[in-house]
Amino acid sequence: MSRDRYSRFRKFHQAKWDEEIIFELSVPGERGVLVPKAEKEVAAAVGDGVSALAGLKRKKAPALPEISQMRLNRHYLRLSQETMGTDVNIDISQGTCTMKYSPKVQEHMAARHPGITEVHPLQDPETMQGILEIIYKTEQIMKEISGLDYFSFQPGGGAQAVYTNASIIRAYHQSRGDLKRDEIITTMFSHPCDAATPNTAGFKVITLMPDENGFPPIEAFKAALSERTAGIMITNPEDTGIYNPRIKEYVDAAHAVGALCSYDQANANAFLGIARAHEAGFDMCHFNMHKTFSAPHGCMGPATGAVGYREFLRPFMPVPRVEFDGSRYYLDYNCPQSIGKTRSFLGNFGVVLKSYMWIMQHGAEGLKEAAICSVLNNNYMMQKLKKVPGVVMYYDFGVGKNRLEQVRWSWEKLQQDTGFGTTDVNMRLSDFGIQHYWTSHHPWVVPEPFTLEPCESYSKDDLDEYCGVLAEISRECYEEPEVIKGAPHNGPTHRVKHMEIDDEELIAVTWRQYLKKKGLKK
Amino acid sequence: MKKLGVIVNPVAGMGGRVGLKGSDGDEIQKKARELGAKPESPLRAIEALKVIARLKDQVEIIAYPHEMGADEAREAGFDPRIVGSISSGATSPEDTVRAVHDMVAAGADMILFAGGDGTARNIYTALGSGSDIPVLGIPAGVKIHSAVYAVNPRSAGEVTALFLEGKAVNIREAEVMDIDEEAFREGRVSAQLYGYLNVPENKKYVQSVKSGTRSEQAEIQGMAAEIVANMKDDVIYVIGPGTTTRSIMQRLELPYTLLGVDVVLNKQILANDVNEQQLYDLVKGKKVHIVVTAIGGQGHIFGRGNQQISPRIIRAAGKENITVVASRDKLTSIMPRPLLVDTGDPELDRELSGYYRIVAGWQDILIYKAGLE
Repeated sequence: MSRDRYSRFRKFHQAKWDEEIIFELSVPGERGVLVPKAEKEVAAAVGDGVSALAGLKRKKAPALPEISQMRLNRHYLRLSQETMGTDVNIDISQGTCTMKYSPKVQEHMAARHPGITEVHPLQDPETMQGILEIIYKTEQIMKEISGLDYFSFQPGGGAQAVYTNASIIRAYHQSRGDLKRDEIITTMFSHPCDAATPNTAGFKVITLMPDENGFPPIEAFKAALSERTAGIMITNPEDTGIYNPRIKEYVDAAHAVGALCSYDQANANAFLGIARAHEAGFDMCHFNMHKTFSAPHGCMGPATGAVGYREFLRPFMPVPRVEFDGSRYYLDYNCPQSIGKTRSFLGNFGVVLKSYMWIMQHGAEGLKEAAICSVLNNNYMMQKLKKVPGVVMYYDFGVGKNRLEQVRWSWEKLQQDTGFGTTDVNMRLSDFGIQHYWTSHHPWVVPEPFTLEPCESYSKDDLDEYCGVLAEISRECYEEPEVIKGAPHNGPTHRVKHMEIDDEELIAVTWRQYLKKKGLKK
Repeated sequence: MKKLGVIVNPVAGMGGRVGLKGSDGDEIQKKARELGAKPESPLRAIEALKVIARLKDQVEIIAYPHEMGADEAREAGFDPRIVGSISSGATSPEDTVRAVHDMVAAGADMILFAGGDGTARNIYTALGSGSDIPVLGIPAGVKIHSAVYAVNPRSAGEVTALFLEGKAVNIREAEVMDIDEEAFREGRVSAQLYGYLNVPENKKYVQSVKSGTRSEQAEIQGMAAEIVANMKDDVIYVIGPGTTTRSIMQRLELPYTLLGVDVVLNKQILANDVNEQQLYDLVKGKKVHIVVTAIGGQGHIFGRGNQQISPRIIRAAGKENITVVASRDKLTSIMPRPLLVDTGDPELDRELSGYYRIVAGWQDILIYKAGLE
C-alpha cells in the first residue's frame, strides 16, 4: 500500500476544558482517600504515631485542596488533554532536546517496582545492593561508551553536570597551586549552560563566535587561550548539527596552555558508538541521560547529567562514589579532595535505571544503530525541507555542508518574501497537531531560526508528515496570509501575551502568589 | 488616533546606482538624472506603507506634499493629511527639516522616513538631541552608515505598525552618522557621529521560550561593571564616543560626552570632549588604555565618529591595550562581517586587524574579528 503522508493533513483540534486550578476545586470535607488506621501491633509500638513527633507537628493543617478521587482523576486527565507531549504528537520540534521514544516498560519499572519505589535513600547500603549494582554497572557501560575512566550520576541535569565539571576544573588547578586561572572558553552554538554555569561557579566566560562554516575558526580559539584559561567547555556537534572536524586541534591547543577540556555531550545521539571523548582527547565529559539514553525529560526534571573523568581527576569527583569490593557494593565517602555533593543522596536514580534498561535493550550494536538512524533521519528531512519555499539552511556552503542529528533552520527568506517569520509559523504549527518548535537560544545568530531533531525513533511516515506540515504552512504564508495571521485556530489557548508572562508584577508560579497578585489575599 | 509623520526624500539613493557615492547637492542630483538614475526611495516608501495600511482606520498619516510623502501614502491606500508646501521636482534638505518641524507641531507620534544618511542627519538637526519622538528609517540612500534604519522596507512597515498599535516594541538610541560626500568621492572617508535618534525595534525574538528574556541594557550595565572592575591605577583610560561606552562613565559617576572622547585617570575625570591634539598631549609617554565600541550600522571600532583617537594615539597605547565593548545583540547584527578599522593609516589598520576580546557583559567576553572593509 502506498501512502502519502507529505500531503495528508490532520483535522486536528485540541481539547479545551477551561479547567480550574486545583485549589479552586477544593470543597471543605471532600476527600480522596481514607487513611487506614494502624494495625494493633503498630499502634502498640509507636502510639498514634504523631505524639512522638510533638515538636515537629504543624500548628495549622496545611492548606491542601480537598477533592474526591473521581474529580481529581478528571482534573489531571483534562490537563493532559490540553498538552502536546511526546506521546500524542510527532515530537521532532524540540531540537537539541533529543525527544526519542521512552519505552513504557522503563516507566513501569521505575515507578512501580517495589524494589525501587519502597527504598529510602538513607537505608543501609547493605539493604539496597540492587540499586547500587545498577549504578555501578551503568558506570562500567558509560566508561566504555566514552573511553573515560570514572562516572558519577549525581548531577540532576545537564546544567548541573556542567557546574560539577566547572567545579572540578577549579579544584584541579587549585590542588596544583595554580590560582590565576579564572577563564572558561566556550562557543556560541554550544549549549548556553556551557557559558552560564561556569559563570555561576565564578569563572569569567569567553565565547567564540562562528565563522561562515558555522563553527569558530581555530585562530579565534587560539586568540582566546592564555595562562588564565582554566578550561574549555564545548558541545560537538553544536546545536546547528555541525560537527567541528578540528576538535582535536582545539583540545591539543588548550592542553598546551595547561587548560582542561570538558566535552558537553548533550548532542551525543549523533555519535553514540562511533566517536568517543577519549579519542578526542577530552579530560572530562557529560551525557544527558534524559536525552541520549531515552529516560524522558520530566518537565524541568528529574534528569541526570552523567559526568565522566579521566583517572587523574578521580580525587575531585562528587561523593559518595559507588564501589564494589568483589562481593558487596558500598558507598565510598573517603575522598578528601572531592568537590563534595552536587545533589542529595545518589542523584535521580530512576533516570539511571531507565537509561540502564535502554542500553541493555539495545546492546552495543544497537546504540550505534540509534546514532546512525538519527543521522539518517535528519539528512532525509534535510533534503525535503531544503525544497520548501522560504526555508534557508545556514552554513550550507562551508565545511558544515553535512549535518549530523539536527539542523538549525531559518525562515529568513520566508520573512523577506511574506513578512511572516518563525514565530508566525510556530503559531500555526499546533493547528496540525504538532507541538510548537524550538527556535534557538538567544541571541538569534541564525535569523528567524527553528531547530529540528528527528532522532532515531521516528518513521518515514512521521518525517513525511512533519515536513508536509511545514511545506503547507509555507504555502499558506505565501498564498493565504489571513490563515497565518489568526493562528492558532485549533488550540485551547490563542496567542500568549509574551509581555505579560515576562512581567514579574503579573506572573504567579504558586497559588499563594496568585492570590496575592490578584489582590485576593493580603 | 495615532499620528504618523511620513517623510520621503525623493532623491535619496539616486547617486548610488550610477556610481556617484551619494546624492547630496543639486549638481550631483542633476548629474545622476543625466546618467539615467531613477528615484528609488518613493518605491521603498510605498512598500513600507503598504504594510501599515492594515491600520488604515486607526492611524492618521501626516505627509508633506507630492513626492515627499503624500503621493506614496495615497499609493499605499491612505488618505493623508497634507502639511507644508514644496516645489515639486526640486526638493531640498531644508524641506526635510521643515517637514519635521511641521509634523511635530501637528502632533505626530512617530516619524517614518525614506532616505539615507543625509536625510537622517536632517531629521536629527530638526529634532535636536532632546527629542523623544521615535524615528525609523526606510533604507533608501546610498550611504547607510547610521543605525536608524530597519533592515528592509517591509520590516520598517512592520515595526512601525507594531509601534502604532502599542505592541511589543523596544526603543533604542541609534547613531546618526554621515560622511562628507565630497571627500568620499575623492577617496577619503570622514564620517562624523552627529547624534542619536530614538528608534523603535521589534524585539519579539528576545522572548523565545527556552532562553527567557535578557535585557540588552542589563548586559551593557554588566559590561560597564566589568570594565570598571578591571581598571588599573595610573593608567590613562581613553573612553570613545557612543551609548555603550557612556555606561562606563555613568558607572564611574563622571561627566561624559556622548559624541566625543573623554579621558579618565584613577577613576577621576582628566578631560572631557578632547580633540586629537589635546588627547595626544595627555597620553604622550604615559600608560594608555583605549576603550571603544562599534559605531554605526557597519560596526566601525576606529575611523568613524571617533577620529580623535588617531593613529599616533592608537600606537601610543598599543593593540594589547585596546578594549572593545559591545553587546551580544550588536555583534549578532554585524555577523558574519568583521568589525571594521579604518584609521586612515593602512599599515596601522593591518596591525589592528585580528581577533579581539569583546567585553559584552559582567565576566562575559566574546572573541570577534576586526578587519578592513
